[in-house]
Amino acid sequence: MRIELTVNGEHHEADDVWEGESLLYALRERLGLPGSKNACEQGECGSCTVYMDGVPVCSCLVAAGQAQGRDVTTVEGLAGDDGLDPVQQAFVDCGAVQCGFCTPGFLVSTHDLLARNPSPSDPEIREALAGNLCRCTGYEKILDAVRAAASAGAQA
Amino acid sequence: MDFLAPSTWAEALAAKAERPDALPVAGGTDVMVEMNFDHRRPGALLDLTRVTPLGEWAFDDGRVRLGAGVTYARIIAELGSTLPGLAMAARTVGSPQIRNRGTVGGNLGAASPAGDSHPALLAADAVVEIESAARGVRHVPVADFYTGVKRNALEQDELIAAVLIAPPAGPQQFCKIGTRNAMVIAVSAFGFALHPDRRTVGTGIGSAAPTPRRATDAAAFLAGELEAAGLWESRAALPEGLAAEFGRKVRDAAAPIDDVRGTAAYRLHTLSVMARRAATWAWDEHRRAA
Repeated sequence: MRIELTVNGEHHEADDVWEGESLLYALRERLGLPGSKNACEQGECGSCTVYMDGVPVCSCLVAAGQAQGRDVTTVEGLAGDDGLDPVQQAFVDCGAVQCGFCTPGFLVSTHDLLARNPSPSDPEIREALAGNLCRCTGYEKILDAVRAAASAGAQA
Repeated sequence: MDFLAPSTWAEALAAKAERPDALPVAGGTDVMVEMNFDHRRPGALLDLTRVTPLGEWAFDDGRVRLGAGVTYARIIAELGSTLPGLAMAARTVGSPQIRNRGTVGGNLGAASPAGDSHPALLAADAVVEIESAARGVRHVPVADFYTGVKRNALEQDELIAAVLIAPPAGPQQFCKIGTRNAMVIAVSAFGFALHPDRRTVGTGIGSAAPTPRRATDAAAFLAGELEAAGLWESRAALPEGLAAEFGRKVRDAAAPIDDVRGTAAYRLHTLSVMARRAATWAWDEHRRAA
């Protein structure tokens, strides 16, 4: 089947989409957007987190057909013309990236958290990132990065 | 495989009648896992996310009519004080991403004994509103809805329209055992509701029997003891021995198995502890509300 959707502000079409395939597969394999990562395929790891109509979701659990006509933002859409999003910059500055596989999901989840709550407490950060798994960092530098991004936002 | 995307409820019912092999999908948090892992290949996916009324809730004749497609995130945000037991259960579902997509209708459709909403629905005497194009609407008490492991009372041409839940007259509690706070399937779970208006209590056991189920004898026992001791009137403290005995009777109502998430013995033990605590917490809240 054919699907049409908006991704990162641009209209996209994909043909020969299998009816049972996920939005994640369509993004990566049909639309050439491999930023969202495929790890668990069961909603456990959060590596595939994208915004759909402004709400963070696991794109592996959205059927591609359910994204028909929807507005999707992937990690590729976070940076603007003037460079990295403050959340991305904070992850770089704090060394919150090790192997990097989980990072796209953490970036989208953190971006959403700070949009809703510009100065979250540590428990609020942990709750907001509960659906994103990192097997390298032990999370401490990720928490540092979220706090740094929040501080940067407060000063902006 | 076909992908059916009705935009109205009438179209959805017609599609399900025409295609009994179509698997309804809303949030996809169960269905898409089965698709991704090749565990299920239905003749069609029936996408219900474009059927607007499924995503709405409203007060209807004293009850909340919760559309089958209302997400857990919205239950937490919009119904936290109106349906406290269900909202407590909703807060324990998966992660933010999962709560943004998962629905009570999907939980009922999957009918997993470990589904988080079931104990809360059982304790609150929820009613499932089911509809088909051929026979219209029927209402099934949630306790009669679960018919076996991952089986429910739906006929092949039926869809879940909504769940009807009365806002409670008394406190509600929900407890869940898992290996961490987030992203965990219940090892065991327990829902509890105090109904001071009817002088009864509601119970729901999760993940400790082939289906979600009530602890009927335990509920009757506790209500009877509260009555006999005049506690409904006096609102005196719940005796520890009574709470513990209630916990043991809840435990006796379960029929768990050993599996990868836990042993039957552990599930039985946790149920007795959760039931004792839930009853005590709810009773203490009831006393404070006097």
